Amino acid sequence: MTDRYRDSRPDAQGLYTPAMEHDSCGVGFVAHIKGQRSHQIVRDADHLLCRMDHRGARGAEPNTGDGAGILTALPYEFLGRVAEEDLGRALPEPGRFGAGLVFLPTDPAQREHCKQTMAAVCAAEGQELVGWRAVPTDPAGADIGPTARAAAPQIEQVFIAAGADLAGDAFERKLYLIRKRVSLRLRNDATLAQGNLFYVCSLSTKVMIYKGMLTPGQLLTFFPDLKDPDYVSHLAMVHSRFSTNTFPSWDRAQPNRFMSHNGEINTLRGNINWMKAREGVVATPLFGDDIGGLFPIVEPDCSDSGTFDNVLEFLLMTGRTLQEAVMMMVPEAWQKNDLMSEQKRAFYEYHSCLMEPWDGPASIAFTDGKYIGAVLDRNGLRPSRYYLTHDDRVIMASEVGVVPVAPDLVKHKGRLEPGRMFLVDFEQGRLVPDEELKHEFATRRPYGEWLDSQRLVLRDFVGDAQGEDIEPDTLLPRMQSFGYTVETLQFMLNPLITELRDPVGSMGNDSALACLSDQPRMSYDYFKQLFAQVTNPPIDSIREEIIMSLECYVGPEANLLETGPEHSNRLRLRHPILTNGEMAAIKQMDHRSWRTRTIDMTFPRAGSRGSLVEALQRMCAEAEAAIDEGYSLVVLSDRGVSFDRIPVSALLACGAVHHHLVRAAKRTRIGLMVETGEAREVHHHCLLVGYGADAINPYLAFEVLWQARRDEMLDPRHDDAQEIVKSYRKGVAKGVLKVMAKMGISTLQSYKGAQIFEAVGLADEVIDRCFAGTASRLQGAGFDVLEEEARRRHDLGYADQEEERLPTLPNPGDFHWRSGGERHAWDPAVIAALQAAARSADESAYAAFARHANDDARANRTLRGLLRFKPGHAGAPLDLDEVEPASAIVKRFCTGAMSYGSISAEAHETLAIAMNRIGGKSNTGEGGEDPERFKPMPSGDSRRSAIKQVASGRFGVTIWYLTNADELQIKMAQGAKPGEGGELPGRKVDEIIARIRYSTPGVGLISPPPHHDIYSIEDLAQLIHDLKNANPAARVSVKLVSEVGVGTVAAGVAKAHADHILISGDSGGTGASPLTSIKHAGLPWELGIAETHQTLVMNDLRSRVILQTDGGMKTGRDVVIAALLGAEEMGFSTAPLIATGCIMMRKCHLNTCPVGIATQDPVLRKKFSGTPEHVVNYLFMVAEEARGIMAELGFRSIDDMIGRVDALVTRDAVNHWKADGLDLTPILAPAQPPHDDVEVRCTRSQDHGLELALDNKLIEMAQTAIHHGSQVNIEMPIVNINRTVGTMLSHEVAKVWGERALPYDTIHIKFKGSAGQSFGAFLAKGITLELEGDSNDYVGKGLSGGRLIIYPPRESTFAAEDNVLIGNVVLYGATSGRAFFRGRAAERFCVRNSGARAVVEGVGDHGCEYMTGGRAVILGPTGRNFAAGMSGGVAYVWDPDGTFAPRCNLGTVELDPVEDDEDISELREMIELHQEYTRSRVAARVLADWPDVLDQFVKVMPTDYKRVLAERRKHDEEMEAELHEDETGVFSPEAAPHG
Amino acid sequence: MGKTTGFLEYRRRSVPYRDAAKRVADFREIYTEPEERRLRRQGARCMDCGVPFCQSETGCPIDNLIPEWNDLVYQGRWREALDRLHSTNNFPEFTGRTCPAPCEGACVLGITDPAVTIKNIENAIIDRGFAEGWVKHETPHERSGKRVAIVGSGPAGLAAADQLNKVGHNVTVFERADRIGGLLMYGIPNMKLDKGVVDRRIDLMRAVGIEFVANADVGRAIDPGQLRAEFDALLLATGATRPRDLPVPGRELAGIHFAMDFLTANTKSLLDSDLTDGNYISARDKNVVVIGGGDTGTDCIGTALRHGCRSLVNLELLQQPPAERAPDNPWPEWPVIFRTDYGHQEAIARFGADPRSYSMLTKSFASANGAVSGLTTKRIEWQGSGARRELQEIEGSEQTWQADLVLLAMGFLGPETYLSEALDVTLDERSNYHAEHGAFATNVKGVFAAGDCRRGQSLVVWAINEGRGAARAIDQHLRGYSRLPAPASS
Repeated sequence: MTDRYRDSRPDAQGLYTPAMEHDSCGVGFVAHIKGQRSHQIVRDADHLLCRMDHRGARGAEPNTGDGAGILTALPYEFLGRVAEEDLGRALPEPGRFGAGLVFLPTDPAQREHCKQTMAAVCAAEGQELVGWRAVPTDPAGADIGPTARAAAPQIEQVFIAAGADLAGDAFERKLYLIRKRVSLRLRNDATLAQGNLFYVCSLSTKVMIYKGMLTPGQLLTFFPDLKDPDYVSHLAMVHSRFSTNTFPSWDRAQPNRFMSHNGEINTLRGNINWMKAREGVVATPLFGDDIGGLFPIVEPDCSDSGTFDNVLEFLLMTGRTLQEAVMMMVPEAWQKNDLMSEQKRAFYEYHSCLMEPWDGPASIAFTDGKYIGAVLDRNGLRPSRYYLTHDDRVIMASEVGVVPVAPDLVKHKGRLEPGRMFLVDFEQGRLVPDEELKHEFATRRPYGEWLDSQRLVLRDFVGDAQGEDIEPDTLLPRMQSFGYTVETLQFMLNPLITELRDPVGSMGNDSALACLSDQPRMSYDYFKQLFAQVTNPPIDSIREEIIMSLECYVGPEANLLETGPEHSNRLRLRHPILTNGEMAAIKQMDHRSWRTRTIDMTFPRAGSRGSLVEALQRMCAEAEAAIDEGYSLVVLSDRGVSFDRIPVSALLACGAVHHHLVRAAKRTRIGLMVETGEAREVHHHCLLVGYGADAINPYLAFEVLWQARRDEMLDPRHDDAQEIVKSYRKGVAKGVLKVMAKMGISTLQSYKGAQIFEAVGLADEVIDRCFAGTASRLQGAGFDVLEEEARRRHDLGYADQEEERLPTLPNPGDFHWRSGGERHAWDPAVIAALQAAARSADESAYAAFARHANDDARANRTLRGLLRFKPGHAGAPLDLDEVEPASAIVKRFCTGAMSYGSISAEAHETLAIAMNRIGGKSNTGEGGEDPERFKPMPSGDSRRSAIKQVASGRFGVTIWYLTNADELQIKMAQGAKPGEGGELPGRKVDEIIARIRYSTPGVGLISPPPHHDIYSIEDLAQLIHDLKNANPAARVSVKLVSEVGVGTVAAGVAKAHADHILISGDSGGTGASPLTSIKHAGLPWELGIAETHQTLVMNDLRSRVILQTDGGMKTGRDVVIAALLGAEEMGFSTAPLIATGCIMMRKCHLNTCPVGIATQDPVLRKKFSGTPEHVVNYLFMVAEEARGIMAELGFRSIDDMIGRVDALVTRDAVNHWKADGLDLTPILAPAQPPHDDVEVRCTRSQDHGLELALDNKLIEMAQTAIHHGSQVNIEMPIVNINRTVGTMLSHEVAKVWGERALPYDTIHIKFKGSAGQSFGAFLAKGITLELEGDSNDYVGKGLSGGRLIIYPPRESTFAAEDNVLIGNVVLYGATSGRAFFRGRAAERFCVRNSGARAVVEGVGDHGCEYMTGGRAVILGPTGRNFAAGMSGGVAYVWDPDGTFAPRCNLGTVELDPVEDDEDISELREMIELHQEYTRSRVAARVLADWPDVLDQFVKVMPTDYKRVLAERRKHDEEMEAELHEDETGVFSPEAAPHG
Repeated sequence: MGKTTGFLEYRRRSVPYRDAAKRVADFREIYTEPEERRLRRQGARCMDCGVPFCQSETGCPIDNLIPEWNDLVYQGRWREALDRLHSTNNFPEFTGRTCPAPCEGACVLGITDPAVTIKNIENAIIDRGFAEGWVKHETPHERSGKRVAIVGSGPAGLAAADQLNKVGHNVTVFERADRIGGLLMYGIPNMKLDKGVVDRRIDLMRAVGIEFVANADVGRAIDPGQLRAEFDALLLATGATRPRDLPVPGRELAGIHFAMDFLTANTKSLLDSDLTDGNYISARDKNVVVIGGGDTGTDCIGTALRHGCRSLVNLELLQQPPAERAPDNPWPEWPVIFRTDYGHQEAIARFGADPRSYSMLTKSFASANGAVSGLTTKRIEWQGSGARRELQEIEGSEQTWQADLVLLAMGFLGPETYLSEALDVTLDERSNYHAEHGAFATNVKGVFAAGDCRRGQSLVVWAINEGRGAARAIDQHLRGYSRLPAPASS
């Protein structure tokens, strides 16, 4: 067995880096509020865990789980008994001994060594190690999978008795110290081969943890202890893990020592660095000199949850309470919450001076035995639901219905709200409400007073705003020295201050990677922004601005372990960009003992090579000296640039100084500011902050803009110097927030130093000195190259001879191609040659194109350009006839996801027809598809896109659309703008587009950055399951974008049962995207596909998924390389567009495409001259080129080539002044299979488990309805593991009845119980689901005309309207239908609803977000940020106490009374139906007092929508007619859809 | 840049020429004053393409920053437009007047609409620059002490001289004719490029230290070996001056001239005496036949008309090009289409008919009194395509034409050889001086070649391309490095 299965986590290899592993999960607990202990608690928790099995995952083996565990109170009786039985010893009384499970080496000698070390440390700390008990396990009975077994440690229980003088918390602290000391020693012991197996699950007087690499169902069987009736506890917390990888890992199972976590910490790198830096400042009498024994606070090789737990434990053990520590680490979004009390705000603000938030989606359950509680992240991104019972139990979990409770026993059903804490105090025997709990902590100390007296703010010492500060004589040379080009002003600065946001462009990035460019490139260009995909969601920084903040406290931090007024003696900055006046004042600062040292950030031109590194060393030393001399701030300044002094890149300088100070554990003792002429773009500022800058003064950017104003080059409305600075700061703020949001980070404080970047083409020497911890997988430029680049730039402006100085700014053509400038993949010659070839179908014309596109000079731009084939490597060259035909190869080709809307109908349909002709696949993009196109054309062609995309906007995603797909593609990210949403401006939304997208013509549409039903990997698994139910015949694809760790994400996606994974490269086109993203987000596909293939093979998951890659694919050579790196299919987007006439205008975002492609302007659309033949010709010639190469290499088919990296070599001589240091071998590292039977391409299909679905039964029972349209009534029970109920049934209905489906209520199903996730997803018209009970997240997702009725059990004792009935993200993307919910919904009710009409009795935050149609009636309270981004439809909110307005986001909507007769009757009708269907008491009350209550309703209506409706009303009654048609239409079966 | 929707709002309107019937009465330039409003609208039509094909290999050979200055003109920022224009083009006033504008052929707007009037805009920028007194050449602050001799003062030699002087080298330009300017002076007639415009630029160059020596026939009157000894580098920019001949019976007859002889004499006499000295070949009252349908042929037509010819015929061997692009001539290639140039317009205005006849092969000349009196042609048919095209005579298609004056404008075959022989410079297979584009170095150390003498006959703008490139190569040769910009196109 051990030969076949590795027994430890793999090391970094190829492109795989272990640090990229993510996990997410199900979490929950059961407890008795009064502290009554029982074995039943353990049993209930086990039940709860098993009911969340679907939230965990397993790898290639069904019986190897990712991890499961349980935390209970220390079971004294049980332990006493087994200690007596097994050790023959009596244990001291409770509180006087600690115990815990310990994972030990399997090798007896090493195990013994570990035990002795533990004993020795105990003795040294004055405690007695009582003994070790071998914990009984039953791997066979639990059917543990081979991988898990092979990696299993020896599991024993250790007992430690307190020394004579120790008790209570002091003993607990001692145990903590012992554990830290022993772990540090053993896990780092290089002589101990199995040292890494040593792991202390817990060691406490209060709690006990059992866990392992198990599935939920295996836990209790594996650990018979847990089944022992003597094992009693008043609490039990359980956790089920879904890890992206399945590498053996017993210790990563949760619970951790004090908490369990569902979610992901996005800012982990920064948090770890800051904690490291704080080690130099922390001190507490509780540990005294021993505190060093606790370092490193964060243990290496921990997951994000483990790291969080380390710090939580540290805070707890050093004197903070659990509640306070959690509040500090996961604060609410206090900065912009006007509804928050002063004291609480002061509490949070004060604590923000101590620690940055641990930011990311999180549901954290925590306990120390005295308390048990849970907290949710500030944006409520994870579900947490709870029941309180009349018999004093509390059940909290990611889902409801996980522990059976008689309905009449339920006292209250609630949910955790964003940023809120849920706490049970066992001593008091009660649930402490969030407000009370936080009020208590907030008022313990005078935080507000402390802040007021101690805090420094800029206006205290900065004078009045100054005017312009321009040195015109040296402006041009300085601009050149800092790398300004013509494009800087044209594409970046000018639009930034005009549009007040990061400027927008289109058609992707096809210019050379910085490390392959002939031009000297800015150091910033070597970095790519990372972004959230799948394992955590990006944020919408615009619509969900309430949780975003740029505010930071900077300057020296005080001792983290104390709480005093001096901690708030820090400088508050509301914005990271400082004006010149502010920077000048800071440099002069001598204010309340704060002084600033300015450090010169230039190096001598006359110096020898190596001057750059010397300068960095000097700056580091000067910064450290400044700290030692008591300075509070340092400013790195390049104001000294001159003929003789060359600027050091601010990024290198800032990174070097920051990391130097982190390493010295001094970073938190000083503020680090940068005064630079270099930084000007959003990406620059993000990098500086990401590598530790506290503030930036981009003085040259201001100067350039001021000069531009003088030269009358700016819009005249920028009429004064201060206004320009203000606009610049505003634009940058918006841009920076967006970049943070891309990674799901909401506060600049936690973004700072978080290093959310990957470097491409930087050598280790640079990374180690300046950017430690940043991935840079291909090596590349070292300091010599960076210095050379700086010198070349400087030379432009400061050449020896004046005549040689460039009289104007250069235009190297980075954005727009320029002759002689930066190389672009799509240069004029390539475009012209491709068009000529596509039009003529002439092979020699194609050869000219391919030669040009492939030739060294141009291909050098890309990584694949540096690869070369090894002919004959796979065998002797073949005759061309022996290679599979082109017609087989083109079937593997797809065109990219371009929505009808972003491109014209002509262009979109041309691609579809072409792909259908060759048997490839075209893609709808995210804009839906006109059902007309599902019908074959008279010519035999088809305009139907085989791939139907499901993106975050869910435009037009109906059951009919899904049913008409061969592939359903979930777009997690887009190459040109990963982590971002999109907007279709109102002017592009014409009648047809609006009809297809279920919106209103003329009203703009927003695609949110995240899928609101995917905040984590298990959510994605759920959506895949939903789509599979919606069309079992279609394969489900997940589109990811290349970045470091994408392979690990893909492994998770494969485990989530995707059939197909697309890895998109960074250079793909786009209709419109911020230039920052086009240029600086995402990585080349070569890296992504290679990493993905390698990681999937390592996990033995490769055989279950088809891999596709795209992003700038052009030639047969590209196709072959993609296959050799691991792809089975290839996507093309820009090239087919060029074949049909695109000439890379890069004007897609302006609707002025002159060739009729990226436009909806009817005049321009007429200019479209492309035909399907052009695309067919081109793709066939690509396939022929590929065949030629395959013949040379000796491959008969694409299948034979997959993953055959051995047929590639890197070019022997790169021969480029920058690229010399590049090392492409990681890309070519052969994938390492874990055992011999591993298949390296897709050979089997995923097990979707559809046969277990409840719908099978429903379909059977509804046969007469499905086939004859007759009425069917069904009744049955339901539990939370019945997920996606009604969807497969809807698919069957759609197949028979088509788009119009069945008459209302033809199939009526009544359920009782707790429904699983996605209840009624994509429910077709004609089906009613009635549920007596409650339901989880995603109820009515994509509702397609069906009807949902949910109400609490009739025997419930609580008031329905005060309790939570349904979960998060209800009716997401619903297109039509009705829903009635008697009770409250959680967060994001009706998000992106575009047609459903719903009634509910209260909603959480972000209600009706992005809604574009339909009606929502809210008969109860709403959370914050209601109607954010809402652009259509109407919400009626009952607001009896007038508190609604401040909770509503008025960005796009207006609030009116309900006065219009039509509105009144519509509202009344909906409430009447609600009352009728659900027996709602609220509805009854409202109706009883109708005319009076009506005045208390607020009508929420989007401004734009209102305007457009008013315009249309005059001449258009169509909409109303359509709504009636729903009820009265004539129905007949339609032919079954093809596909 | 530009106006986002400009191309949808405005149509192409180029700056008109003077009235054809009137302008043939003089040798003044044929252009009219442009209207600023019209130019700005044309600037607005520029789409600021993501890939500006106007700069591509099939577009402007000297990488003129066309989108940039189109936008600046649209905005009325003429001074900056001029700076941008001069940063790639030493002599926009020459190209703005004489260039056939490949940039317009490659203009993206040309896919569906008439191109932007790039050439008009260029010319207007530089004319305005001169009018406002913005055009200046700077004397270099420091001299390198290196000396460069340039043989030939055509556009390639002048461009190289201007560039080399900028970085401090001492430049002397040798010209065998009596006036400086080469092709610009005597090859292009005054109505197309006013000689005052040429002199104006040369005067500016002379003022900043460039030496010009006229009447200096290097290789004959001046020993090139001596130049090599006295100068640190030598650039040959002598042009492609060997005309292609028509060896058919009667060629020796009087009244048959090479076009360049006709044009040169005319311009010299015009400048010397306003054509009063009679030292030129007059077409007055003659039946003129111009053989060759290129730009030189057109110039002959325009000159003959101004002399007052009796009749005018223009014969072209190739077939008449189509009115629109042929399928094998797709955008962004130079559009080979039927165009009516200024000389043709004038002939039409004068005689009411287009003077051009296509697919005409001249078989023989007829004589009367020892002078030419006519010629006989045969129609031909072209077969095959591309390089393998062959002509076939059509039997029975003989045609005779009256002719008192025959002008041969059939192109050029490369440089004359006396200079290369004297220097031992090797020639390439097309009998041009052999040197790679980019390096521009001949086989003789320190001797460089640029322009038509290296490339073969071409456009003024290509000559500037080569002159700039050669200047960079020479600078590199002299100093070991160079910061002079050079065009990317080759």
